[in-house]
Amino acid sequence: MRTLKRCLLASAVVLSGANYAAAEDITLCWAAWDPANALVELSKDFTAATGIGMKFEFVPWPNFADRMLNELNSGGKLCDLMIGDSQWIGGGAENGHYVKLNDFFDKEGISMDDFAPATVYAYSTWPKGTPNYYALPAMGDANAWFYRKDWFSRPELQAEFKAKYGRDLAAPTTQLELKDIAEFFQGRQIDGKTVYGANIFTERGSEGITMGVLGTLFAWGAKFENTPGTYDMQGAVNSAEAVEALEFYKELYKCCTAPGYTDSYMQESLDAFKSGQVAMAMNWFAFFPGLYKDEQVGGDRIGFFVNPKQNVEGSMLGGQGISVVSYSDKKDAALAYIKWFAQPDVQKKWWSLGGYSCHLAVLKDPSFVESQPFAADFLKAMDSVQDFWQEPAYAELLLAMQKRLHDYVVADVGTAQEALDLLIKDWTEVFEDEGKL
Amino acid sequence: MATNDTPLERIARATPDSLAGRVGGLGDRAIAWIFIAPTIVLLLAINIFPLIWTINLSFTNYRANRLTLGSEYVGLRNYERILTDPDIWHNMQVTAHFLFWTIFFQVLIGFALAWLINRNFRGNAFWTTVIVLPMMLSPAVVGNFWTFLYQPQIGLFNYVVSFFTGVDPASFQMIGSVRLAPWAIVIADTWMWTPFVMLICLAGLRSIPGYIYEAAEIDRASKWRQFWTITIPMVLPFLMLAVLFRGIENFKMFDLVVELTSGGPGSTTELASINLKREAFEKWRTGYSSAFAIILFVTVFGLANIYVKALNRVKSR
Repeated sequence: MRTLKRCLLASAVVLSGANYAAAEDITLCWAAWDPANALVELSKDFTAATGIGMKFEFVPWPNFADRMLNELNSGGKLCDLMIGDSQWIGGGAENGHYVKLNDFFDKEGISMDDFAPATVYAYSTWPKGTPNYYALPAMGDANAWFYRKDWFSRPELQAEFKAKYGRDLAAPTTQLELKDIAEFFQGRQIDGKTVYGANIFTERGSEGITMGVLGTLFAWGAKFENTPGTYDMQGAVNSAEAVEALEFYKELYKCCTAPGYTDSYMQESLDAFKSGQVAMAMNWFAFFPGLYKDEQVGGDRIGFFVNPKQNVEGSMLGGQGISVVSYSDKKDAALAYIKWFAQPDVQKKWWSLGGYSCHLAVLKDPSFVESQPFAADFLKAMDSVQDFWQEPAYAELLLAMQKRLHDYVVADVGTAQEALDLLIKDWTEVFEDEGKL
Repeated sequence: MATNDTPLERIARATPDSLAGRVGGLGDRAIAWIFIAPTIVLLLAINIFPLIWTINLSFTNYRANRLTLGSEYVGLRNYERILTDPDIWHNMQVTAHFLFWTIFFQVLIGFALAWLINRNFRGNAFWTTVIVLPMMLSPAVVGNFWTFLYQPQIGLFNYVVSFFTGVDPASFQMIGSVRLAPWAIVIADTWMWTPFVMLICLAGLRSIPGYIYEAAEIDRASKWRQFWTITIPMVLPFLMLAVLFRGIENFKMFDLVVELTSGGPGSTTELASINLKREAFEKWRTGYSSAFAIILFVTVFGLANIYVKALNRVKSR
């Protein structure tokens, strides 16, 4: 009997301990991709320092927005911390999904001046540019390019390219040069295999083609509004530059991509490149550490370049801020994570593990540029990034753009001018419903 | 206790007197209501109430993700916007194309297969099992599977076409081409659901009594005439039932097509159901999408009613 009592007592102690530990666990929600694995590794330090356990809920990108926005909209308690996409910040703030962090930052001495201004603007503020913070910049990112350096450096290809275009075969500095190179490689036999010029984003379902096209539009100098904040889109969204850029993107798709990539986004881009099908591909900086380490195409075989300018420098912003979910029962523990994550040393380790820190202590470090072969390009890209709308109605705006762009670029419906005119019509309707027009 | 009591008698005996007294005063009609009440309550809760609530929402600008905004009655505005939107009409055309051709091919091939399987030959059971395998798979799996088959560089489908026609397999894209994508989804759906039509037709064929054919033989009717005057009329009610089932299913087709094309290229294969999902759960235009859902519901319900009346006429002949 005494043994039985002891067993029961021991069980009770163990169970109460387990309950205590469970109460201290917090869940961080993000997309399932390379940087998420790095964050799991990094977060072990947080658990060691605070005793707060970390659980993770990672969702593949194509379903990330659907899954997580449903979670937020339903007031779910699954996530205590959310690394939500930059475009969600408006909805997160206005719909009360995210905790406003100003008081917390003031109390803990966390200054937004310690982070790259572009990332603070994009990932943290709502209304845009105002000192109202709903997230800490967590993962800087932009859409950029990588290429087969080993192919580019082949003497016979160098000679042929120079004879044809009058310049060296090297990473392009303009969008038109990029197309020349893509055309040069398209259908070429390399090591007995047919290769293609480039892989670009054409995905229809979530955000892919919009992210790809916007990089080109920004490089041509296109804008969403004539005057920021006025929703005055006529002549901006469908400007001559925007039309030219969109036509260019379609030409690039038609002339220089591999067959079958009509619904291509992050994973397809990686697949096309890693399987040796394409000479160049676009993707987010987040994937570059993994690509550089790849045994087949990484190391000396790969090179990186920022989205080439045309009329101006311009890159499509990616990346996310980390927010505390207002429905969480463990806000204090979640805030403790943000406090810990904002420390310069943690940010340095974050970068070393493959995450893209936005902290100036990391970015301004003299060794940063040499720390990775793509680090300099990352800095350059972050100087000229622009984002999609971050309005609460961003999903409607995004889906409308997905449809108009895919109709024009992939399905050959209408002209670039018509696609952008229709886009303005769609967006006007959304802003009218929102009461902003 | 008599050992040959029926179960009902045993239950009656086991019922406590107090309860038996209370129930004993109820009429047959009241007892019937007591038995069906749980089902009616369940139906009201999960079918009728959501339908009425959806109708109610369809007259508002409600958004399920923006509860702070509240909602306002907007009258028929949602219906007007939907019915005057060329993109919605395009979705309906795409749905009609998909519906017509999938049913056409499934009936044609399903009936032919049933006709062949209905004969006695060795391995009949084995081949029947093989043929019905596709319909046992999940539509999402079939969608993914056909995505690989249609891949222009490595896909088996393109190689088979290339083998028979001599065209370069990488020269055409089934799911990337505006011209071919609508047929790509028709082929995949036909592959998956033809066995279902075949099974229904097989049931029809096996229900025809053999003596009718014997009588036709005695009357020296040719096989062709027997087919048109015996087989087809007697299988027709089964065929029409198969068309009804497939029609309703394909009108709301979603998963297979999303996996295959996501509605693309552009909006070439964007069925009404795909657009409805985008409006309801990606754009969160709850009021608008409720109106769209009601329009689709009325369309299916109306067409199915007309069809069932025609089916009943055929059966009564």
